[in-house]
Amino acid sequence: MLLKVVDGRVVDTLPDRESVVGNGHLCIKGWSAHEFVHHPDRLTHPLVKKGDSFEQISWEDAISLAAEKFREIAEQYGGDAVGGFSSAKCTNEENYLFQKLIRAGFQNNNVDHCARL
Amino acid sequence: MTNSITDLAGSECIFIIGSNAAESHPIIMGEIYKAMDAGGTVIVVDPRRTAVAENANIHLAIEPGTDIPLLAGMMRHIIDEGLYDAEFIEERTEGFDEFRQFVEGWTVEEASRQCGIESSMIRRVAEIYAKADESAVVYCMGITQHVCGSDNVIALCDLAMLCGNVGTEHSGVYPLRGQNNVQGACDMGALPNVYPAYQSVTDPDIKAKFEEAWGRPLSDKPGLTVVEMVRSAGSKIRGLFIMAENPALSEPDVNHVVESLSKFDFLVVQDIFMSETARFADLVLPGSSFAEKDGTFTNTERRFQLVRKAIDPPGSAKQDFSILCMLGNALGLDFNYESPADVMSEINRLAPAYGGITYDRLERQGLQWPCPNEEHPGTRFLHQGRFTRGKGLFVVPNHVAPQELPDDEYPWYLNTGRMFAHYHTGTLTRRAKQLDREVSRPYGEINSEDATQLDVGEGGALRVTSRRGSIVVDAKITDRVKKGSIFIPFHFTEARANTLTNPALDPRSKTPEFKVCAVRVEKEES
Repeated sequence: MLLKVVDGRVVDTLPDRESVVGNGHLCIKGWSAHEFVHHPDRLTHPLVKKGDSFEQISWEDAISLAAEKFREIAEQYGGDAVGGFSSAKCTNEENYLFQKLIRAGFQNNNVDHCARL
Repeated sequence: MTNSITDLAGSECIFIIGSNAAESHPIIMGEIYKAMDAGGTVIVVDPRRTAVAENANIHLAIEPGTDIPLLAGMMRHIIDEGLYDAEFIEERTEGFDEFRQFVEGWTVEEASRQCGIESSMIRRVAEIYAKADESAVVYCMGITQHVCGSDNVIALCDLAMLCGNVGTEHSGVYPLRGQNNVQGACDMGALPNVYPAYQSVTDPDIKAKFEEAWGRPLSDKPGLTVVEMVRSAGSKIRGLFIMAENPALSEPDVNHVVESLSKFDFLVVQDIFMSETARFADLVLPGSSFAEKDGTFTNTERRFQLVRKAIDPPGSAKQDFSILCMLGNALGLDFNYESPADVMSEINRLAPAYGGITYDRLERQGLQWPCPNEEHPGTRFLHQGRFTRGKGLFVVPNHVAPQELPDDEYPWYLNTGRMFAHYHTGTLTRRAKQLDREVSRPYGEINSEDATQLDVGEGGALRVTSRRGSIVVDAKITDRVKKGSIFIPFHFTEARANTLTNPALDPRSKTPEFKVCAVRVEKEES
């Protein structure tokens, strides 16, 4: 699948004639795959829950908060009390890092994704 | 899948069961049409007359959850008529004698009584499948999403081996994968029982290999699945990290799931939209879409393909790769990777089946695993000459009826699934204008006789209630569904079909029984 990009924006999707998989074809979801990319609902900043709403937070603070909270839980309840859902939409490399993060970070195998759903 | 997508075009018989490829996998359907154009026969088994069933040569509308009775009846006839591949069974398989006893415990008539298909038709499709030179089996979640889903898969593999339909170009067994990288997520070990390339967490040598590579002690105990982790919220599981998944819509009995999501001590959700699940998070991290990242995806035919960054993520959103590296380092792990290609070289070292899959070799066409070294051309179809485990093992499937069947209080069958315009929980496709224009409202397919009895017209409001909850959907009147059955796609957040579904699981695969539960259907007075 090819993307048509104008001034940093994806404006169209095109089938790839050289692809052995699609062979110049796309399905309706492929033809529309660029449409959600620039949707106004896209998340653009890390957010932390304060009461019932969310507030912006810096990347630095967000990452240290996550690491600190997960570490606290692991110390209090054991590493088995932490788990993660990886993603069938993310890349192989991201999935590899995700399962490594859970397995090496918390010494358990509580990692899964939505393959069954 | 054992074979490749384009191999289907050369199959003489394609047996499709529990898959609506015409809507859910249109590119693969193109290859199935090619097989039909070349004179091949397509048989579809599905309780609904789906788009793929309408286009097939033969459609068997079985009773919900009776796949094993049908397959057992077919195999009984194949054995009785001597249509099985005795040479293949002798040379390539084991366990046939015990399996044969199981099959001979069935009769075609008993199969017919249970699955609701005439005996003569069961015999006919058995003969077509067995007599064709090369027959392929295609299945999807209509097979797996039952309490005996893994036994359904076993029965299909038995059928393929019985007729020697494994290990050649146009035969094989084709499970169709749904999401763009569900194959890759499994291949990379995003599963509670295996490391990358399906290396078992309980194998001490494998554990030692990863401990040495990662420099950390690891656990040899299989972890919890998605459904189990949600059920353990606030007890066994206190902290959860969710990357781009939406259990608040995708799991069975979502009212219960939503309650659980607020019970975690700390929930982090990384996504590109504020999904129904992200709303419950303590911390939300903005990730990137496919257009904003470099990496690889693996399609349903085991093909690694490169994805290249076309644009930057919006605002201060980051590539998911970078977020994971930051978090890994903050947890004290050595996650100093320069690029996704750097991660791939670690995968090459630790996952033998992907040893030869390097970015330099992927280019435009990708590579299919197994591909153990840089000289290996990749593998178009599996089990040629020899099964991966050595001999193919016949396993006796155990039929279990659906856990919840219609009764006086909830007299209808509910079947849930997908439709052509939307994808999983709709987080992406409901935000694509063209797709939402195609179908923008939740609906339930009901038979015209039922519609008359309920006094509901096309688009009229239907209230659908199960033991777990209730939703309102538009009536879509179609004889694609049988009387007494309703089909509801699960993509719509305003009427979550999974409010209704039964959280009963296949004990082995832990897959929920999304394809059968009991509901009541009423006209909703406005």
